[in-house]
Amino acid sequence: MSLHARLVVTRPAFALDLALEVAAGEVVALLGPNGAGKTTALRALAGLTAMSPGGRITLDGHDLHHLPADRRPIGVVFQDYLLFPHLSALDNVAFGPRCQGVPKAEARRAAAALLDRVGLAGHAAARPGRLSGGQAQRVALARALAVRPRLLLLDEPLAALDAHTRLEIRSGLRHHLAGFNGATVLVTHDPLDAMVLADRLVVIEHGAVVQQGTPGEVARHPRTDYVARLVGLNLYRGTARGVGVQVGELLLSTSERLTGPAFVAFPPAAVALYRSRPDGSPRNLWPARVGGVERHGDHVRVHLDGPISAFADITPAALADLDLTPGREVWASVKATETHAYPA
Amino acid sequence: MLVGPALLGLAFLVLPLAGLLVRAPWATLPARLAEPQVLEALRLSLLSATVATAGCLLLGVPLAWLLARVEFPGRRLVRALVTVPLVLPPVVGGVALLLVLGRRGLVGEWLAATFGVTLPFTTAGVIVAEAFVAMPFLVISVEGALRGADQRYEEAAATLGASRWTVFRRVTLPMIMPGVIAGAVLCWARALGEFGATITFAGNFPGTTRTMPLAVYLALETEPEAAIVLSLVLLAVSVVILASLRDRWVSTP
Repeated sequence: MSLHARLVVTRPAFALDLALEVAAGEVVALLGPNGAGKTTALRALAGLTAMSPGGRITLDGHDLHHLPADRRPIGVVFQDYLLFPHLSALDNVAFGPRCQGVPKAEARRAAAALLDRVGLAGHAAARPGRLSGGQAQRVALARALAVRPRLLLLDEPLAALDAHTRLEIRSGLRHHLAGFNGATVLVTHDPLDAMVLADRLVVIEHGAVVQQGTPGEVARHPRTDYVARLVGLNLYRGTARGVGVQVGELLLSTSERLTGPAFVAFPPAAVALYRSRPDGSPRNLWPARVGGVERHGDHVRVHLDGPISAFADITPAALADLDLTPGREVWASVKATETHAYPA
Repeated sequence: MLVGPALLGLAFLVLPLAGLLVRAPWATLPARLAEPQVLEALRLSLLSATVATAGCLLLGVPLAWLLARVEFPGRRLVRALVTVPLVLPPVVGGVALLLVLGRRGLVGEWLAATFGVTLPFTTAGVIVAEAFVAMPFLVISVEGALRGADQRYEEAAATLGASRWTVFRRVTLPMIMPGVIAGAVLCWARALGEFGATITFAGNFPGTTRTMPLAVYLALETEPEAAIVLSLVLLAVSVVILASLRDRWVSTP
């Protein structure tokens, strides 16, 4: 393991306490809702936010937590990039090496090589104000890599970009992260960024880790409502009794056989809606009330209240046929084979 | 109800300046400007105001940084103390300087005994008096610029390995330069016009401590035309400063 950390930041209205381990060459994404403590964790790693007693950071066997930011072997890509507006792209990238005592000519040569690597050789002389968002992001990445960090920290690296640029820059960033041999921690609230860029996700809520695993594991087995919403699943916690999971008053039949505390998850598209009770159905069936209806891509997402609250995705045609308005009583059903149960 | 007093106020501010222009002895102006006493006073004024401004920059910028960037107990009190010379009658400032830096003053006696340096009634005394009165303008302007500057750039520089001094020199200072320049210009203008503290602390000796404002006051009693000419020069300098501030620094902070 390259990075071992326990990040502890205690404030009057907020407490962050999480353990983080990142191997050399590994990319870990800290994923969480706003206010979960992701950025605070990143700032603590960078040395920009003081840690409370109990916090420690060890990188390649050396303690970092007692060092100020300028003495840590880190590179940071900030959310708004924070390129120095009075310096050219080249001098921004050369800034770190210059601080490390590299002679000016050599630092500029190295910076030019890095800018070339991120495809910006032609923009070396440009001031940050003249760069597009995507170009600024790449200069920021080159600037962070120029100090040859052992730990690379990225704070919402794609949040400031428009959708089109984002797609392109995301794949470019993935490529550059793959070529970096130190540990990488990236903070994002976008599940797609996290899934594409990271080898492992660490989901944070209220200053603590609620789930971690590979993107695939987290997407298949969400353990909190936040993660379930991120990956687009209905999620319930209940007690498994063989072929079903008791969730409140409702027994949901599942294809897996389990006992004890368990989660059940199913996608909104697996939920079918009926105006009247369907006959002789072997499915999970429950009465629900329409809470709201919203457009969701090329389908319609229906919010259901009832014994369990759920999302159902239906076609616009089905919405018209069923005449679903908020407050209407419907029957909802899900096939057992479309559900997925796993131990809690 | 509002336009009347507004016009009256405008007239009140502009008329005296217009009077200066109307009564100026335009025919004899070139000859008067070339008089040795005028040139001497002008040279002394420009020199002492410039040196005083340089001194203020050297001490005032770090002081502004301290006030804006370092948390320490009593910071509000220190900020209040810094602004005292701003509201203090300059004559009082001159008296206070005499008590501290005078030949028998708290620090002055030690300065005289140790280095043989006496400040009162010397050009150095003029510079000290001007700096005392003008430095708050610089400190306040630079502190405002520091508070307005985005500190995250300084954090970014720190993560790149920059020490506190490097951060200040290569990131903070370039970013607040408009504020520093505006502050320095205000400081210089204030130093150039300094009268009360200068005459109290440094006296009124031609060639060494008689700056333009002192020369204006003196000339008014003996030959009013000379006073008008000297005043015109100071007015011209003020207008140039105002114009340069507006166009280049104040509008683009």
